[in-house]
Amino acid sequence: MKRSLIVSPLEWFAKNKGKWASWGLIGIVIVYVSVLILAPLAALTFSAFEKGIGAVFSSFGQPNVMLSFWNTLWISLIVVGIHSIFGTVVAWVFVRHRFPGRDLINGLIDMPFAVSPVVAGYMLLLLFGRNGFLASFVETTGIRVAFAFPGMILATLFVTFPFMVRELIPVMEAFDTRQEKAAATLGANGWQTFWRVTFPALRWGLIYGVTLTFARALGEFGAVLVIGGAAQGKMMTTTLFIYHALEERQYIAAYSTALALGVFSLLLVLGSDWLRRRGNR
Amino acid sequence: MNSLTATTLGNKKQGPPPPWGRWSIRSVAISYLAVMLIIPLLVILYDGTREGLGELWRQITLPVAWHALKLTLWTSTVMVIINTIMGTLTAFVLVRYEFLGKTILNAIIDLPLAIPTLVTGVMLVILFGPQEAIGSWLKEQFDFSIIFAPLGIIIALLFLTFPSVVRSVQPVLLELDLAQEHAAATLGAGSWTIFWKIILPPLTLPVITGALLSFARAIGEFGSIVIVAGNIPLVTQTAAVYVFGEVESENRLGASAVSIVMIAIAFSLMMLANHLRKRSRNSSDKEVA
Repeated sequence: MKRSLIVSPLEWFAKNKGKWASWGLIGIVIVYVSVLILAPLAALTFSAFEKGIGAVFSSFGQPNVMLSFWNTLWISLIVVGIHSIFGTVVAWVFVRHRFPGRDLINGLIDMPFAVSPVVAGYMLLLLFGRNGFLASFVETTGIRVAFAFPGMILATLFVTFPFMVRELIPVMEAFDTRQEKAAATLGANGWQTFWRVTFPALRWGLIYGVTLTFARALGEFGAVLVIGGAAQGKMMTTTLFIYHALEERQYIAAYSTALALGVFSLLLVLGSDWLRRRGNR
Repeated sequence: MNSLTATTLGNKKQGPPPPWGRWSIRSVAISYLAVMLIIPLLVILYDGTREGLGELWRQITLPVAWHALKLTLWTSTVMVIINTIMGTLTAFVLVRYEFLGKTILNAIIDLPLAIPTLVTGVMLVILFGPQEAIGSWLKEQFDFSIIFAPLGIIIALLFLTFPSVVRSVQPVLLELDLAQEHAAATLGAGSWTIFWKIILPPLTLPVITGALLSFARAIGEFGSIVIVAGNIPLVTQTAAVYVFGEVESENRLGASAVSIVMIAIAFSLMMLANHLRKRSRNSSDKEVA
């Protein structure tokens, strides 16, 4: 066992050079992620609980807060329902059909990603607002869209459009159509084939699409703010409540509602990740 | 007209029946797209140009609007540069190294995707706000503020787009063949040479694609910025916040003009990213063949 006890620092560094470089890189990344992502999260959590858990719960007890949670929840559920149906149809037509203008649709699907939420809300205001292009429609039917729930739902639909379609397209493209042909050969009709063969294969794409749409709908702010106008009282959504609470300097209420909204959408995304991992096993 | 019906009827007798189901499902999809996306887009284009292109240009070059657009573009550019470097580095560390807490780090990276942007703004104001510990310390020591300043905008944008850059680079790094790097090392290449000559070239296209997409995303960001930067014209007002202000004060022409510019920039960046993505896919297909 010959081992030199004294190693010159230079020699030691040369031996461990690669290791040090990699530890350096790992350290940089961990510090960066902690400062950028973890520190703000921790700050929000601590500030919400600054005056104790009681203050958090008493702010949830405000009728405004509960109403805003409720509004956000049902608007998001309607949006998810509509996109589950029409998003599947759009993805299906895009993957299975060949027709002129198909490439155009490909670009169009992503378009809402390129449109600011504020602009999305403003577009709807141009259509349904007081001097809007469809103002006469609004007058004759008596359906209020701008500054009302239908407009807020439409705005959220616009902003969340790509998620469902983009999740489903790769799953549909990967699906082996021979399975459908086999089912048809065995005597299944179109609907049976869809429900028994195609739909189960699309399940995970759908679940993930629903999750992303839901999480995005819960947190939508800019579009709903513009089309909802100074939505007060009955039409308050959670994000609008947080915004107004900050303006009125009700910090504990704003922070604890923001924390609740963040935690809820996090749990939603983590939950569907967990489901997917369990399903893949 | 008559001959047309005759031929269709004739075809029907011989060939398979016309695919009504296919046509109806296709028209449902296309009308949904038209109602949801095309009509709103056309309306805003029409509204912004109804007084002519000269007026559109005048609205865009008004000092406040012009400043808002410039601020949006330069903060987004700074964000993209920082994000590209740190995102690529993070993806590299996640793919190549094993260390304690790697799974947790991997999970943390996705958090910004699940957190509403308004909540992001609130978090950053609490952390760096002038009344809070870090913010007031920076203010006193260096007379330097993050909140209600362009730096706050950049940090908010970094937070929002960080996961998308990491996730667009990660799969490419996973696919890289380690044998090439070992071969290069055997032939005497140092780690920098290996990085520049072997690792970087296949990463270039995905990195640029990710950068373009996060830029497109950053141009329209509102929720976090309105909280972090406030709404100070000629100082921290970004294009999206400007549009919001003009909508509130019922200046339709100004709101539509700046909206059109934002859509045009973001949409062309996205189209460019899609084009590059298609090209990289084609070239990798060729390599396989």
